[in-house]
Amino acid sequence: MIRYALIRILSAIPILLGVSVVSFGLLFLQPGNPVEALLPLEASPQIAEMMKQQLGFDQPVWRQYLAWLQRTVQGDLGVSLYDGLPVAGQLGGALFNTMVLAVPAAVLAFVLGGALGLIAGYHRNTWIDRSASALAIVGVSLPQYWVAIVLVVLFSVTVNWLPASGMASPDGIPRSFSDLANMVMPVLALMLVPMGVVARVVRASVQDILSQAFIAGLQAKGLARGRILRHVIRNAMSSALSVMGLQFGFLIGGSILIEVVFNWPGSGQLLNLAIFRRDIPVLQGTVVVVAGLFVLTNLAIDLAQAAIDPRMRR
Amino acid sequence: MTMTQLQSASPSVSAATKAPGYWRSVGQRLMRDRVGIASALVLLAIVVSALAAPLIAPHDPNSGSVMTRLSPIGTPGHLLGTDATGRDILSRLIWGGRLSLLSGITPVVLATLIGGTLGIIAGMSGRLVNGIIMRITDIFFAFPSILLAVAISGVLGNGLGNTLVSLTVVFVPQVLRVAESATVQIARQDYVDAARATTASRLLIMTSQVLPNVLSPILIFATSLIAVSLVVAAGLNFIGLGVAPPAAEWGSMLNELRDAIYINPTLSILPGVMIVATSVCFNLLSDSLGSAMNIRETDK
Amino acid sequence: MTQHIRTESLGLPDVGGPAQPLLIVRDLKKHFPVRSGLMGKAEKVHAVDGVSFRIGKGETLGIVGESGCGKSTTTRLLLDLTRRDAGEIIFDGRGLGGGRDGISLKELRRGMQMVFQDSSTSLNPRARILDIVMFPLRAAGVDRTKARDRASMLLDRVGLHPHAFGHRFAHELSGGQRQRVNIARALATAPRLVILDEAVSALDKSVEADVLNLLADLKAEEGLTYLFISHDLGVVREVSDRVMVMYLGQIAEIGPAETIYDRPGHPYTRALLAAVPSLDPAKQIAEPPLKGDPPNPINPEPGCRFRARCPYAEGVCKAVDPAPVPVGEVEISCHMCNRASGHSQAADWLDALTKETADA
Repeated sequence: MIRYALIRILSAIPILLGVSVVSFGLLFLQPGNPVEALLPLEASPQIAEMMKQQLGFDQPVWRQYLAWLQRTVQGDLGVSLYDGLPVAGQLGGALFNTMVLAVPAAVLAFVLGGALGLIAGYHRNTWIDRSASALAIVGVSLPQYWVAIVLVVLFSVTVNWLPASGMASPDGIPRSFSDLANMVMPVLALMLVPMGVVARVVRASVQDILSQAFIAGLQAKGLARGRILRHVIRNAMSSALSVMGLQFGFLIGGSILIEVVFNWPGSGQLLNLAIFRRDIPVLQGTVVVVAGLFVLTNLAIDLAQAAIDPRMRR
Repeated sequence: MTMTQLQSASPSVSAATKAPGYWRSVGQRLMRDRVGIASALVLLAIVVSALAAPLIAPHDPNSGSVMTRLSPIGTPGHLLGTDATGRDILSRLIWGGRLSLLSGITPVVLATLIGGTLGIIAGMSGRLVNGIIMRITDIFFAFPSILLAVAISGVLGNGLGNTLVSLTVVFVPQVLRVAESATVQIARQDYVDAARATTASRLLIMTSQVLPNVLSPILIFATSLIAVSLVVAAGLNFIGLGVAPPAAEWGSMLNELRDAIYINPTLSILPGVMIVATSVCFNLLSDSLGSAMNIRETDK
Repeated sequence: MTQHIRTESLGLPDVGGPAQPLLIVRDLKKHFPVRSGLMGKAEKVHAVDGVSFRIGKGETLGIVGESGCGKSTTTRLLLDLTRRDAGEIIFDGRGLGGGRDGISLKELRRGMQMVFQDSSTSLNPRARILDIVMFPLRAAGVDRTKARDRASMLLDRVGLHPHAFGHRFAHELSGGQRQRVNIARALATAPRLVILDEAVSALDKSVEADVLNLLADLKAEEGLTYLFISHDLGVVREVSDRVMVMYLGQIAEIGPAETIYDRPGHPYTRALLAAVPSLDPAKQIAEPPLKGDPPNPINPEPGCRFRARCPYAEGVCKAVDPAPVPVGEVEISCHMCNRASGHSQAADWLDALTKETADA
């Protein structure tokens, strides 16, 4: 196990490096000179030249990259072009706000999706299975931002049960029912797709296990249904976990669309604003941190899986 | 060979009918799939109306009068109502189909060509080349797709071309992985070894043995990818990262109509219905294609 | 029989004459690297470890052995489907890769072909039968019409009427029919040596008999030479003139089929043949003749490979790798067959063996 863990962790490092290269490289994708993007419009050529030297743009690209990488790893993500504040601080707060939505959505998706998949898998090809599967497929196909709008129409406009936008609590953590009310719709909109994916995977896994010959052997021996269920759940959980890892990444990375609808001050909205303000440091910082988080989340899930199921360790 | 020899050698000689070729049998199976046909017809209707927009749209999608803004569904002359500046929604939906379909389908076509070729090459190459290609692909997989699409689009700037580029970049790794995995699996089969045991060149083996068998998983995946691409492209437009206003596109329309949410809520969800419908059709088509291409299915 | 399969343009002419063995293989080696994880040592599986044999023109050499003994790998090395690490391959007196008088890989593949085991993957599932048989011809540069005619003729020759079967797909055929297609494909470029790798192993017994008959007919009429690999000892005895017994990448014993089956000289061959259950109640086996598991082909230790399971193993077996020793017409790699080896039982064993031969 330890060897597998070491190998896995070591192989994540080149990926993280690659992520950093791509994130850094975004700067150069821009039309025009990267320096121009960082300067106010009216700057004179002398100031531009000075900035160039100061920011290190006269250095060869790979040296710029290494300098940026060094700063980033130490936590210095630069300074926002828009308001001069350090990126890391802003990003930290924004990311936390996104987590306030993403974590409950992930948990709900895992639990509900797992339950749906279990029910569907156990009652194979009955109407229960078909409706549960249909629900899952619908969940997977719908665009999250559209679902968000529909929810707002239903619950804010038609019946004024839930607030249409905004994050009520100042630091994100809900402290009252009304704070929670602000969270309901965004979380619902976020969790639909992961729930559908988890449900499909769990259903397939359950069906696969139940159809294996040795289960019939266990049942013939009179093993209690509960024991079989525990075995089934254990195996299905493994496949659900790996899928959840990917989905969590999409929850964090794809939150931008939901946060725009609900005006939620998370990392997605930060990214959105950064794009429109052409605030490159914020853009780069957000991308590299979120992608890095994605890699680490998947790493953690791989290790967790390997701990549960020895077969996963190749 | 005498007749008796023939019959004892092959006991189940049937009548000398000519069986149809592989692709024709795929077509035959597709014809019998009702769900597949239904979704194909719906798609056809959407595509045709988008292409025929100048002919069938009742109004100019870009002109509207503030007097008639946010009229509800069923208003005479505006079957699906008008938006915040009085433009006819039905016309904008029909015209919008052009950009939305283009943004959805083009990146997948490009990604399939690029990613498919690279994936097949990776699958048939030795450890070193395969390793390099797949590790680079892994790096791109480390980004959640929406994040990558938004970041690239954001940096490149607005415009249809930039959206197509960013989506293609996001999808190439996905097609590549599917192509590589299918190729590796096929390259292991005995019939490929049998082909290698002849005097055939590597290219001939790739095109005659590997390609036809690799094509179906790639095509099935690509079709389902179009469903995703439509949603993501519209999403990019939704947050303003695609075509510039006043261009009609389903995603950007969804954003525009948010103003209407308190006045006429039903209007605001209409463009989304188009996105969902088209996306679902492509998903269903992908499933049908999957069943039809499975040659093991006995013809009923 | 209408026309011979071999035509002037295809196939390799007989260069060496009847005395020249069609195939000589010397010291063939293939070690597969095995990585046990990123941190593990790079180890090697000694799949084929110094295999040498020859096949005479017109004969059938059978290869038997348990799974993992290296018989399939050997065939793949012959056709260069797997690159060999060491060893010589000499076809009709011409060495592979041996300069001006040697034979090129392309030519070798025209002279030697393989019939694969019938599996769902021995035939391209998306190609029509006629195209499958045509492929080797088209790859060799034969033009379309000639290739089609020849392919049709070959299908007919193996008992599949081209009009009925040519346009079908592999999954529409039965196992026996698929094997006939495999045979037709192998004969496309008129090879002189045909390798049959478990060619009938996946077939029902009755179908197997049909296919074996077809193979026998073809051999007789076309003057083919066969290399017949199988784990089925009975079938190998039926079809082979000579037999080669392999164990863990090396040859244990090689010689005329009758001799080996009736009077096996190597303890492994004895055990293998004894393991075949007999319906005769007088010949009941009390305990399995082969004890223990086959040792690991990864990094084998020096000495005889078989000693871990051999009831006669002694010190010399651990120290020295037995070289092949001629005993009559058979070559045996066992210390007990070599009076000078230092094995305590060598003399008795050889005496018993030669006595059996004399009695026979």
